[in-house]
Amino acid sequence: MSNILKIFSSAPWSAKFGMVVILFYAIISIFAPFIAPYGETELLGRAYELWSDKYLLGTDNLGRDMLSRLIYGARNTIGLALSITLIAFVLGSLTGMIAAALGGWVDQILSRIVDVLMSIPSLIFALLILSIFGTAMPYLIGTIAILDATRVFRLARATAMNVAVMDYVEVARLRGEKLGWIIRKEILPNITAPLLAEFGLRFCFVFLFISALSFLGLGIQPPTADWGSMVRDNATLIAFDDITPLLPAGAIALLTVAMNFVVDWMLHKSSGLKDVS
Amino acid sequence: MLVDSNKNSNKEISATLLEVKGLRIEGLSEKGWQEIVCGVDLKLKRGEILGLIGESGAGKSTIGLAAMGFARDGCRITAGEIIFDGIDLRSATENEKRKLRGTRISYVAQSAAAAFNPAHRLLDQFAEGPIDHGVMSRSEAKEKGRALYRSLDLPDPDNIGERWPHQVSGGQLQRMMVAMAMSCGPDLIVFDEPTTALDVTTQIEVLKTIKEIVVDRNVAAIYITHDLAVVAQLADHLMVLRYGNLIEVNSTGQILEAPKQEYTRALLDARTRHEKTTAEIPNPEILLSIDKITAGYGNGPDILQEVSVSVERGRTVAVVGESGSGKSTLARVITGLLPPRSGEIRFQTDLLPAALAQRTKQQLQKTQMIYQLPDVALNPRQHVRDVIGRPLSFYLGLRGKEKERRIIELLEQIELSEKYIDRLPDELSGGEKQRVCIARALAAEPELIVCDEVTSALDTIVAKAILDLLQKLQHELQLTYLFISHDLDTVASIADRVVVLYAGRVAEQGPKSAVFQPPFHPYTRLLLSSVPEMKQGWLEKTLATREAKAGIAREVKITERGCPFAERCPEAIPEICSNERPPIQTPASGHIFACQHSPEVLSK
Ligand SMILES: Nc1ncnc2c1ncn2[C@@H]1O[C@H](COP(=O)(O)OP(=O)(O)OP(=O)(O)O)[C@@H](O)[C@H]1O
Ligand code: SF4
Ligand SMILES: [Mg+2]
Repeated sequence: MSNILKIFSSAPWSAKFGMVVILFYAIISIFAPFIAPYGETELLGRAYELWSDKYLLGTDNLGRDMLSRLIYGARNTIGLALSITLIAFVLGSLTGMIAAALGGWVDQILSRIVDVLMSIPSLIFALLILSIFGTAMPYLIGTIAILDATRVFRLARATAMNVAVMDYVEVARLRGEKLGWIIRKEILPNITAPLLAEFGLRFCFVFLFISALSFLGLGIQPPTADWGSMVRDNATLIAFDDITPLLPAGAIALLTVAMNFVVDWMLHKSSGLKDVS
Repeated sequence: MLVDSNKNSNKEISATLLEVKGLRIEGLSEKGWQEIVCGVDLKLKRGEILGLIGESGAGKSTIGLAAMGFARDGCRITAGEIIFDGIDLRSATENEKRKLRGTRISYVAQSAAAAFNPAHRLLDQFAEGPIDHGVMSRSEAKEKGRALYRSLDLPDPDNIGERWPHQVSGGQLQRMMVAMAMSCGPDLIVFDEPTTALDVTTQIEVLKTIKEIVVDRNVAAIYITHDLAVVAQLADHLMVLRYGNLIEVNSTGQILEAPKQEYTRALLDARTRHEKTTAEIPNPEILLSIDKITAGYGNGPDILQEVSVSVERGRTVAVVGESGSGKSTLARVITGLLPPRSGEIRFQTDLLPAALAQRTKQQLQKTQMIYQLPDVALNPRQHVRDVIGRPLSFYLGLRGKEKERRIIELLEQIELSEKYIDRLPDELSGGEKQRVCIARALAAEPELIVCDEVTSALDTIVAKAILDLLQKLQHELQLTYLFISHDLDTVASIADRVVVLYAGRVAEQGPKSAVFQPPFHPYTRLLLSSVPEMKQGWLEKTLATREAKAGIAREVKITERGCPFAERCPEAIPEICSNERPPIQTPASGHIFACQHSPEVLSK
């Protein structure tokens, strides 16, 4: 605990701000049912009610409480983004490290597959897949995770390449170590810093991507609350000088900025200085 | 030497050009600011070379930079005066210093390869400095470059500047760097270990260039190195440094003949050759035999051609040769990283599979390897405990207490104490890291250890300690070493048998006494005569020899026909040597010799 505090206090103000914001989002998503005044899909009053004591941020196009949906939206959108990012990372960094460690034709095949996937604009690729297979959750997760895994693959492969040529990896090979050990013990510990930093960035992209898909109607399906579709559903209010639909957009923006602050700091830390242990 | 090019002849020659008084520099470490240079004075006149010598961490480079008015990153100058030709560098502005640095003071770094931009032609890079400082136009600068290349004896001086950095050899690149330092006609040049990364043969060339420049152009120079024999050839005065303190200053002759301080004597001693005497082993057993190995990378040419070497148990076989002669390639073939195109490797009587993947755990265990750069041979994230512990559990199945006990035992064997067990590589010095690498190799309980340039990256004194340790271990554990090195002094002190490799072929091999004593193979003679001796005047004497005139340093070229050494060989027989394979001769017991001449002829 004191260690965490020490790291926290050594961080610059931007990273501190970022960490506080992320913590805030985390608490909200975890405890959403306790924090939210009403249920996620409860129909309460008339559509588009104004801000009041009863409905702090008014109601949406179907008369559901905006604040509650915002809170549940955090849980849904962030939870989904997190799991997609995790899958993308496991997939991408594993294949990236395998490509780097084995080289030769394995590397060739994996790299070409990734090249092909990356050459298709990701939004078009996602629209294509989701309109063929439908927007069920597994397809949504799978499509975005694969798209993101290609980026992670690139990074993992490049950084692992630098490590794989080191003499200590050769020592392990000469000892007769298996691929799994080389990846886990020799390569991975030396590329975790850039991977972690990338994790933050990827998470932001996934998050924005889901919101974008939801906005287009291909993401998280109603009545589940999520920030992207909330912007879309209530967009008409903007014409009446009501800023409510901008709140979910603001929530997205704030988290993205906070995440980037923290990532910047982590990149800076990993770019040379010894780690604090 | 030439005097007409002396552009400073109108200035008073004996005047002091650089004076440093009471210089103190602090460096930032984890424990805050700490003094790394503790009050150093120096004086330098034109036409003089001052040698700064000491181990790493002595503050040599820091002083070298400070002499130009700069503090390296994370350092600050806290006290003292630096006066360059009447200008106080400590109170000069950044701009003034930058201007001085480009035009009147210049710096030559250790690695030319790192200093050049691989994406620009050499002459364009040469011209950048003078153009930036507004001293010359582009065409003038290029003309000047060609003139300098000519005066530095670079091959094809009119066109070599059009090449890219990777198209010239290491020694040539280093000389290009000297040329670049000369571009604006500086008054002071700081050389920071300019030959440390080079072969002995290449080193001579660079030393010659530096010496000529200083004398002909009447500039002053500071020469930083950890090798006394090298600096003895150049410097008029030597400053011995240790941990930022001045140990001894005197004229080069005095330091070599009559060192006053204990530490200076230790430095001298570490560089003096201590020949190992080979004890008789009755009924020697052949541990490793390599038979007619031919190997190469990808679709490239054969880097190794029909190399045969055999290694007796308990002995040290050294493989020597210049950079690019295929020494490391041989190590890769032995360890299985590079399956040969033809030929066999036997361990005792076992035929070893060519590829690593086909070798059994027992076969792998018997051969271990130690590398040149301990920095990259140790995983920065693994503690000493894991580094040494892994082979113990992998090969021997040790766990828990037993493993711990064995790790500590190994640490003691390499003369480190138990407290090192939880350190990360970052927390070890270069020498300590290399010891841990040795312990890792020992942990596997091998019979053969392949050492690839294991001391080249270390300071003289540390290197000597590592060599002593290797010998002690060989004695205690009956180890067999295949010792790869380009440093003949090291080889002389550790080897029983020597294999001289040139362009992937064995030029000669045999007991050390046969190889390092006349009659010499022409290539061995060239190598031996290029090792700097610890006395003044050696450089001039060597440069006057036949070997030097025949071309001391030229690139090692792999040839399909004839003797690969023919182009550089002072004994070469025209027509024959470049076309016909030199016959293999076996003059004395165990001595194998590949040359058109017989040893008897060469001894004359
Ligand atoms: N991985 C590789 N792929 C292709 N060529 C290589 C490779 N490694 C080395 N070579 C070439 O093989 C030749 C011999 O190289 P090697 O590393 O064995 O020389 P060396 O004697 O160990 O030199 P040094 O003293 O510089 O270490 C050189 O011409 C080099 O360019
Ligand atoms: S064969 Fe000819 S070129 Fe080769 S070393 Fe002998 S004399 Fe020199
Ligand atoms: Mg080598």
